[in-house]
Amino acid sequence: MRFLKTLGYVLALPLILVAIWWASTLGETNFFVPTPALLAEAFAETWFGERIVSDVLPSIGRLVVGVVSAIIIGIVAGLLIGSIKWLRDLTEPVLEFFRAIPPPVLVPVLMLLMGITDGMKVAVIISGCVWPVLLNTIEGVRAIDGVLSDSAHTYGIHGWARIKYLVLPSAGPQIMAGIRQCLSIGLILMVISEMFASSSGLGFTIVQFQRSFAIPQMWSGIVVLGLIGVALSFIFQWTERRVLRWYHGLREVENAV
Amino acid sequence: MTQGAVTTNSAAPIPRGRKQPARKLPVKQLLGLAGIVGFLLLWELIPRVGLVEPRFLPPASEVIAALITDFGLAAFWVAVGETMLAWAIGLVMAIVLAVVLGFIIGSSMFLRKFTNSTVEFLRPIPSVALIPLAVLLFGVKIESTLMLVVYASFWQVFIQVLYGVADVDNVAMQTAKSYGLGTMARVRHVVFPTALPYLMTGIRLAASVALILAITAELVIGSPGLGREIALAQAGGAISGMYALVLATGLIGVVINLVMRFIERKTLSWHSSIRSEVIV
Repeated sequence: MRFLKTLGYVLALPLILVAIWWASTLGETNFFVPTPALLAEAFAETWFGERIVSDVLPSIGRLVVGVVSAIIIGIVAGLLIGSIKWLRDLTEPVLEFFRAIPPPVLVPVLMLLMGITDGMKVAVIISGCVWPVLLNTIEGVRAIDGVLSDSAHTYGIHGWARIKYLVLPSAGPQIMAGIRQCLSIGLILMVISEMFASSSGLGFTIVQFQRSFAIPQMWSGIVVLGLIGVALSFIFQWTERRVLRWYHGLREVENAV
Repeated sequence: MTQGAVTTNSAAPIPRGRKQPARKLPVKQLLGLAGIVGFLLLWELIPRVGLVEPRFLPPASEVIAALITDFGLAAFWVAVGETMLAWAIGLVMAIVLAVVLGFIIGSSMFLRKFTNSTVEFLRPIPSVALIPLAVLLFGVKIESTLMLVVYASFWQVFIQVLYGVADVDNVAMQTAKSYGLGTMARVRHVVFPTALPYLMTGIRLAASVALILAITAELVIGSPGLGREIALAQAGGAISGMYALVLATGLIGVVINLVMRFIERKTLSWHSSIRSEVIV
């Protein structure tokens, strides 16, 4: 019964929305908005075939490589800059400036510097994704509890052990907040780098459909991007729950009191 | 209870935030300045030494000169104006929409559960996916930009408002109820002050997202603004001009961040933990 109720909550609104969409497109033949049936057909036709190998998978591959490298670079550099005070003071204004540059603007720049290659697309993703992770890691490292830090010092915990047992856990929640932002920026940049300069990939294909007025196919491309976004967000939530289990537990206890 | 009491003060901000800048050591600013100078020197040297071809990465001095020339051009300011107009209109629309919907949906448990799955599905859809649709619907105009800006920044604010409304203290709410405050009064004096820090964080995030999307739309779609100028400069081979425009977008981003931080500090001067909300 509980399960049914939850299922009802999850499905009710989407079903209503689809029903409205279906009903409103039933009579008329609006060129821009396909009927649900047409969209489903176009979706299956377009994406369950060669395209998944030639366009979808390479795009996702570049996204994963870019995002993972950005996370690693961001955390490593963040730990470094966060724990050395003079380095932080030295780099802060420059980093703030780089973060303020809208990442898509770097697409033409990197196109010039690296040419239109897979490397350039990965570089675009890294160049945009690294900032939220980096800045959040710096903030997180800076906000380590002073008492904990002193205790660790007194017990002679240094180097890797200090990072593993003190710095990473206490900066963890903020690092994860950075990674959450980084994921959506990464997806945006993946699409833009392909819309701008590419002959394959999801972004390219969708723009191609739009230019040739293949409207249902274009919509199906938007749906694919949506599904990737949703999948990413679910993977993230699952990982976050595992990584920060202790943290959520702690908060629950604190809130209960 | 405390939050209800604090509300009455919120209208008259307490000028307490002013003390902070005086405490900072000048060493910090000097190091920051050194960082900027060092970065510019590095940038100047890399193309001069020949690590990267100057054709693709002009030295810093050349780019800054181009930027200063830009500052004297009317066309540059027109482009900036167009970008900022799309940014401002889109941001305001997104905030209004998100606040209204956020307060309505957030205050009802049923509506929250009812809409959750749809929100969680729509939110991660990258706004750039809507670019082809925007082009079809509106063509190469400011409306296309607005559509992307509103969609992207709406979620930032909306989710924050939902969290904020959910954070309302039970005791404060019960107290307000037993003192006989009506629904509107409760929203004004209990829910709103609780949600305000969340809302401000959302607005700050949305402000930078809106800038990103405004410039992206101009870059990819070609609607008028700085983004289009960058695409044109690149296509026309005006490389230092392109870098100058990229610098300009960064400067606008910095200014927006500073202004938003300032507004946040002013509106929340009564709130004890401005920073702690950002972490969660």
